[in-house]
Amino acid sequence: MYSSKGITVAMLPTENTRPSTDAPALDSAVSVRNVSKNYGAVEALKNLSLEFPRGELTSLLGPSGCGKTTLLKIIGGLLEPNAGEIEVNGKTVSGPGPDRAFVFQDFALLPWANVIRNVGFGLELRGVPRSEREAIAEKYIGNVGLAGFEKSYPHELSGGMRQRVGLARALSVDSQVLLLDEPFSAVDEQNRRKFQEDLLELVRNENKTFIFVTHSIEEAVYVSDQIAILLPRPSRVSEVIRPSGFRHKDVENIRRDPEYLDIVDQIWASLRTYAE
Amino acid sequence: MSSLLIWALLWEIIGQMHLTFFLPPLSEVLVTLVRILPTPAFLNALTETAYGFLGGVAAAILIGIPVGIMMGKSRLLDEMLLPWVNIFLSAPLTALVPVLMVLFGFGMTSIIITTTLFAIWIIILNARVGVMQINRSLIDMARSFGASPLEAFFKIYFWAALPEILGGVRIGVIRAVKGVIIGQLLISIVGFGALFELYSSNFLMGHFWAVLIVLFGLAFTISEFLASLERRVAYYAAKR
Repeated sequence: MYSSKGITVAMLPTENTRPSTDAPALDSAVSVRNVSKNYGAVEALKNLSLEFPRGELTSLLGPSGCGKTTLLKIIGGLLEPNAGEIEVNGKTVSGPGPDRAFVFQDFALLPWANVIRNVGFGLELRGVPRSEREAIAEKYIGNVGLAGFEKSYPHELSGGMRQRVGLARALSVDSQVLLLDEPFSAVDEQNRRKFQEDLLELVRNENKTFIFVTHSIEEAVYVSDQIAILLPRPSRVSEVIRPSGFRHKDVENIRRDPEYLDIVDQIWASLRTYAE
Repeated sequence: MSSLLIWALLWEIIGQMHLTFFLPPLSEVLVTLVRILPTPAFLNALTETAYGFLGGVAAAILIGIPVGIMMGKSRLLDEMLLPWVNIFLSAPLTALVPVLMVLFGFGMTSIIITTTLFAIWIIILNARVGVMQINRSLIDMARSFGASPLEAFFKIYFWAALPEILGGVRIGVIRAVKGVIIGQLLISIVGFGALFELYSSNFLMGHFWAVLIVLFGLAFTISEFLASLERRVAYYAAKR
């Protein structure tokens, strides 16, 4: 256990012990306990445990093949683990549920439906009547900055706009946990930066727990309250970092903050050896 | 359109030159067409053929699309049925018609079954492909928001596979036209098949071509109608 310049880092000695941290005990919205997942002979996840504090954004960061998307899908109920369990708000879950909403890397929009139908799709599957779900959808379409595009179709929108639709859809169902699977990786750089800034504001304003998968170190350090670094073969959580110094700063100033830059360098130093 | 006019002109010229009795001038054919169209004999033949055709197409669609979708979704079903679908798709089905006659008799049933057999295999294959190319994330997305299997079928699978399904139906319908005429030529000599038989054996070539033009025109119209439906879903077909 060491700390420097306001960063608290928890080192996890083995996979079998629960993570311990010097940070104040936080209420966990999602708990992952001893989860294992095999694809045939390949062990994607082995005995992995992690806590996701309520109301915060936790990143799962790691090189490709470290199992972060697999873990996210297990939390979301899209995959079944071979061992272990997931607890959301204190209750064990298996399978998808209204308490968790997904944002997909390739947007996963219905190409035959317009924006307002896409945003309302989660509500539609829940049986919410049309006028009500269109009203809710319109509100979130405005929130993500797509007002005026309600009747447009996905093929008429740019990549960044399509992901905003995906985000609005996930927000519309008002789940307590939002799962984001590399949501900005298929989006151009300018939009990506804008999204990261907007995400910070979203985390501040909405009282939800965010779980964010990314392979970009800078992105993770920029948006996260907590970063869990996953390493492959065998998949494990190697560190959990809680940046503290710059969380309150203005969005424009974060990327030049010394602590931000230090953490990015530090993570890169430990991940460097895993670059293929 | 203009190329059709050129061929029409060529037909007229060759016909007027009386090069062969097989090819009367187009004008004569069109006159005969107008004359026989309202006759009861012709209208009966049309009804008879339409009945067999629509029955066969309906069966091919109502059976073929669900079977194709299920094959696309289930590896096991696919491995069991695909060899048969491919065999029947490429088989000379005309040769099977005598077998159908033995099994189902000489009436409308056999004709409808023949028509169905001509149309169904491509419909199955296209529905199957339509389902197999669906983006995995769309299914994941529907599941993550709590879609039941039935909801997933009607809200995702059907629409995502619709462009391929429509394409399959269009080709299937054209094959069904073939099927119904062959059925009517071989099984029981009724409908248009009977007219073709009658006119060709009596060398009434003007009548023969007239009926042929009607048949081709109908097939073309149906095919174009389905193609227009395909165009209506084309806006999302490429972006799935």
